[in-house]
Amino acid sequence: MAIVFEKPKALTDAVLHYCPGCPHGIIHRLVAEAIDTLGIEGRAIGVAPVGCAVMAYDYFTCDMIEAAHGRAPATATGIKRCRPDNIVFTYQGDGDLASIGMAETVHAAARNENITVIFVNNAIYGMTGGQMAPTSLPGQVTQTSPYGRDVNHCGWPIRVCELLATLEGPEYVARVAVNNVKNVKSAGKAILKAFQNQVDKKGFSLIEVVSACPTNWGMTPQQALKWVESDMLPYYPLGVYKDRSAAKEAESK
Amino acid sequence: MAERILMKGNEAIAEAAIQAGCRHYFGYPITPQTEIAAYMAKKMPKIGGVFLQAESEIASINMVYGAAAAGMRVMTSSSSPGISLKGEGLSYIAGSDVPAFVVNVQRGGPGLGGIQPSQSDYFQSTKGGGHGDYRMIVLAPASVQEMASLTVKGFNLADKYSMLSMILADGTIGQMMEPISFEDVAVEHYPKPWALTGTEGKRKHNIVNSLYLNPEVLEQKNFERYEKYKAVEASEVLYETYMMDDAEIGVAAFGIAARVAKNAVAAARAEGIKAGLIRPITLWPFPKQVLKDAAEQVKAFVSVELNMGQMIEDIRLATECRRPVTLCNRAGGMIPSPEQVLQSIHAAVKGGN
Amino acid sequence: MAKVTFQTDLCKGCGLCVEACPKHILVIAQGKINKKGYSPAEMTDQEACIGCAFCATMCPDCVITVEK
Repeated sequence: MAIVFEKPKALTDAVLHYCPGCPHGIIHRLVAEAIDTLGIEGRAIGVAPVGCAVMAYDYFTCDMIEAAHGRAPATATGIKRCRPDNIVFTYQGDGDLASIGMAETVHAAARNENITVIFVNNAIYGMTGGQMAPTSLPGQVTQTSPYGRDVNHCGWPIRVCELLATLEGPEYVARVAVNNVKNVKSAGKAILKAFQNQVDKKGFSLIEVVSACPTNWGMTPQQALKWVESDMLPYYPLGVYKDRSAAKEAESK
Repeated sequence: MAERILMKGNEAIAEAAIQAGCRHYFGYPITPQTEIAAYMAKKMPKIGGVFLQAESEIASINMVYGAAAAGMRVMTSSSSPGISLKGEGLSYIAGSDVPAFVVNVQRGGPGLGGIQPSQSDYFQSTKGGGHGDYRMIVLAPASVQEMASLTVKGFNLADKYSMLSMILADGTIGQMMEPISFEDVAVEHYPKPWALTGTEGKRKHNIVNSLYLNPEVLEQKNFERYEKYKAVEASEVLYETYMMDDAEIGVAAFGIAARVAKNAVAAARAEGIKAGLIRPITLWPFPKQVLKDAAEQVKAFVSVELNMGQMIEDIRLATECRRPVTLCNRAGGMIPSPEQVLQSIHAAVKGGN
Repeated sequence: MAKVTFQTDLCKGCGLCVEACPKHILVIAQGKINKKGYSPAEMTDQEACIGCAFCATMCPDCVITVEK
């Protein structure tokens, strides 16, 4: 018998601190699998965010840095501009990337900074205990929208992929999900491509991973993944929003 | 003797940084320091370096954080309101113990303030600026030559102690032109085994981080950091004294204020008043001992500042309030005249304010 | 013939593997408690396992190794 599935080498033996059923663990694994597949562990440098994934620096075997809230793309830019041959990635949540760090996100994309951004959208602030996120759905009940998100009062959730796709800058922008086996496999492929693009010096790749937060959504892990399907994906449709190389190729045919 | 060339203060900083081995500059435009960015934008691409105009002061200091963690000699420059924005990043850099060099060419505040020279960020730079317990080495040049030499010194010290160093200049020195040379401070190099270079599969991963959720561990980190600061205080204090040997009135001033104060001290001497000048060059570590010793000798101190009285508090602490300290100041971008300082010296002689 | 091995002490008992298994041969062992205080997932019928690794694909904690 041969091993057909095991923990990737780019993950350390540290026990993940995430809640039971939290898909952060799945997404960490997909990132590590991409690193393993491309054989880039020795030159990878990861940037952890502020949010639930703040301790991601303990989980990846590559060099890691912990950035200030929302600033991961700027910190990654600093590293990448110094060490263009290293593979630099950020791992950020929705509050980090789409609220406090929106400027850093948009400008890193506009510069086509040759980095890989993994953006985990679970429509809530997890670490601080379940407050409204920039991606919380209309009507979604959170600690700071206890009567449901009122879009007339606090605005509409932001679709990051659609927004970034309007820019000339970025190379690759795609939205995936991790709510079932099929979607996890597609997510893995997208993440791999986002790293491959960097290796090929193509530029800024952002993968938005629609995820879940069973604990702060007040659901079981199974219910949470069903809610992703029924409520999140209609607002956040999966797909590739920008792929410059593919578009160029299509044009030249 | 090294060749002397005529340069603007801000450009002297930029050129000295390049000569100190800095190849990465991240900044955001703000008056009155923009010449530094402009110089870097012109030079860096030609010498294989990186000049990047960031989307904000916040982004630029976080780019500095990344580059510093990657083990590079890196800098940013700004002016007062921009330094406030960089406060967050400064705290992270301090908390992660990586070295970086920052320039503040001060302008009048608070708020948007003005664009004329000021020294009103003394508290911000010497007492904190960002959150948490940390220190920066703060260097206060009083000439274009010092803009250059203290820049090299600043990079050396940052790397030596793996901490932040800052040039605290002002719009006057930033904009003035003087002849300078570039060879008076040697460039030093220090190993950076903690740097993010990629493991290359040869070592355990390096982690650059300021998060320690266990309070005992965080306390220990703070203790260790303050041991390092103690070493800086013990070895890196810089100051200049002028006519202090027999002085009865001790004038204290830094940066551009010290140049005005020096003229006033000379004028006082011409009148037969035994005045002298103490000019702190490092504002942190503050030259406490020289002031404490001077308190044994002088009858009174006069602190000359371009703010509402900030360094005066450190003078009172250093001298343990053993002598009266009066303030001679202008604010908001105004500079005191030598006559105003001389009047303050006269008042100090009479024992009044 | 396929084999699924759980690192039982790392399992948080979330049950995502149970849901993912097409053969319905995984359960949360309600009567058991691991080192972390969770009731872990376990295999009920190893013979019936087809080695699809769906369980491991959905496991957030890399608890599962699959051999085939």
